[in-house]
Amino acid sequence: MAGITVDEKICKGCGLCANACPKKVISISEHRMNQNGYFIAEAVNPQNCIGCAFCAIMCPDCAIVVER
Amino acid sequence: MKVFQKTKMLTDAHLHYCPGCTHGIVHRLVAESIEELGLQEKSIGIAPVGCAVFAYDYFNCDMQEAAHGRAPAVATGIKRCLPDRLVFVYQGDGDLASIGMAETVHAAARGEKITIIFINNSIYGMTGGQMAPTTLIGQKATTCQNGRDPAVNGYPIRVCELLATLDAPYYIERVSTHDVKHVLAAKKAIKKALQFQAEGRGYTFVEVLVSCPTNWHMRPVDALRFMGEECTKTFPLGVFRDKSEGKQ
Amino acid sequence: MSKILLHGTEAICEGAIRNGCRAFFGYPITPQNEVPEYMSVKMPQIGGVFVQAESEVAAINMVYGAAGAGIRAMTSSSSPGVSLKQEGISYIACARIPCVIVNIMRAGPGLGGIQPAQGDYFQATKGGGHGDYHLIVLAPSSVQEACDYTYRAFDLADRYRVPAMILADGMIGQLMEPVELPPMRDLKEIPEKDWATSGHYGAARRVLNSLIIQPDELEPHVNEMQRTYEEIYRNERRAVEYCTEDAEIVLTAYGTVARIVKSAVNELRKQGVKAGCVRPITLYPFPDDTYAACAARPNTKAFLSVELSLGQMVEDVKLAVNGKKPVYFYGRTGGNVPEESEIVAAAKKALAQAEAEK
Repeated sequence: MAGITVDEKICKGCGLCANACPKKVISISEHRMNQNGYFIAEAVNPQNCIGCAFCAIMCPDCAIVVER
Repeated sequence: MKVFQKTKMLTDAHLHYCPGCTHGIVHRLVAESIEELGLQEKSIGIAPVGCAVFAYDYFNCDMQEAAHGRAPAVATGIKRCLPDRLVFVYQGDGDLASIGMAETVHAAARGEKITIIFINNSIYGMTGGQMAPTTLIGQKATTCQNGRDPAVNGYPIRVCELLATLDAPYYIERVSTHDVKHVLAAKKAIKKALQFQAEGRGYTFVEVLVSCPTNWHMRPVDALRFMGEECTKTFPLGVFRDKSEGKQ
Repeated sequence: MSKILLHGTEAICEGAIRNGCRAFFGYPITPQNEVPEYMSVKMPQIGGVFVQAESEVAAINMVYGAAGAGIRAMTSSSSPGVSLKQEGISYIACARIPCVIVNIMRAGPGLGGIQPAQGDYFQATKGGGHGDYHLIVLAPSSVQEACDYTYRAFDLADRYRVPAMILADGMIGQLMEPVELPPMRDLKEIPEKDWATSGHYGAARRVLNSLIIQPDELEPHVNEMQRTYEEIYRNERRAVEYCTEDAEIVLTAYGTVARIVKSAVNELRKQGVKAGCVRPITLYPFPDDTYAACAARPNTKAFLSVELSLGQMVEDVKLAVNGKKPVYFYGRTGGNVPEESEIVAAAKKALAQAEAEK
């Protein structure tokens, strides 16, 4: 079972992960904000994750761990 | 099983870059490459002045912080004295192609056995979006507010092409970070350059196109698109020198 | 031990090499070209590094890299070139990287001339670049001293983690004199640098940096640097006195000018004028204790600073004498060097003026 974990403290909500995800697993939250004031990335469709790591490859902040 | 996690060659410090700036991706690629090559313990990095000025906080190896544009000279001093170490330089376009052009060209001409990672985002990021030597024709900056006009501001400098006129460089390539495919290609180029250095082959130079959403006044995703569609027109991707494959 | 005949520039190189200098980075400029030329031959012979840099700016930054990696490194230049190095020297001072910089001074300002001068005193002793910092500055007056002081400069720089400068003039550079060379130092004797960014091989990572962006971190850093300068001031002030014990007029000069001043003192004594002289060896830290001691003597009536400038060291002499006795100045510039007779006349005039003003 593949899945991602976003380090919410580090995430800057830039959305490059969501843009790269081929399965629309990730989305930038419209409500949840971290301590730095960024709306954070979250797995909204985790069941679709195939563990391709495209999100992590595009994340400029190394905020995503991918498991498979 | 974890298929992707942060490399130990990066420290735990949080990157200070703006949201969506792909500097962070390049940091990761350099760090992963060094770790995969097993060269972490003999690496010495040189940080520039510019957005990457805090790079010494991020790379988990010995680091020196150089004056603006002088990193290739600093690297020369280290590498000549300690030829068995891996010496890498991380510089932006203002640092490398403007104030440090002399150091850049001469380190390349001497064939210093170092690796230079050149970040081209076509703007002065740290100081707030002034025109860079790499700013595209028509691109707006705070010191050319109607867009870069060749009649007034001249033309962008293509550093890879310029260095490829020299005999000494061993490897010169331009890569980009605008999508997954290109990031993977960038990783390959950076790792190749570091490997060539480790083998004592010669001067290696990788130019990486990076986005600057903040100073381009674009959303991060739009900035990636601009990079892929516009920046690559002025700065075509490719290998400009690879002596290992006989490409002169 | 036997002596050999050497140029001042060669003596500087030998002093450096014999105390472990294994990296030299330079750029051509008259009148110091013999230094990089000599080093380009010698360094490869002893397993050292020589690079002719693309500019003085690059050369000092190569020193930053090499010395930062723990190697004893040196660069040399002459006045306009040393101006170019100031950026790098300021960074080196803040990052606390020990190294040696040689300035064979020529006449300025601007491109100036290529004849001897001492117009870079302020630049050398007050910092030179931006920010609060100093160099240890040594001023040789003979070829032997050019060798010995360069040798010593490396130890001082390492001990305090402060860059050191050899401030000489074009005459020292071109002079040939017999020199007794110190023995070659075993590199293993040189204390290890636990701060050097040398590729750490398992040790905790090290960083050399001059960017300290938080005011509450930068202030303690420069205060710490200042404490080092105070320690250097306490330990390292050096000067040579000649006939000052009963002198009515105390002349003072550094470098080659001190040699002319010394013969002027002899001539004054011959003419019945009680003259003496003080020659500072360290220009930073300035040997103010020697001047203060002279000023405190009842027989001392006046001081005269003789320089190849329009009056730079004289300011430090005045600070050291602190108003206790009058301090006068005589200088030549543009590359001209005063004759002994000019100095004799200036000394007599200064003495007469001091008497008249009493």
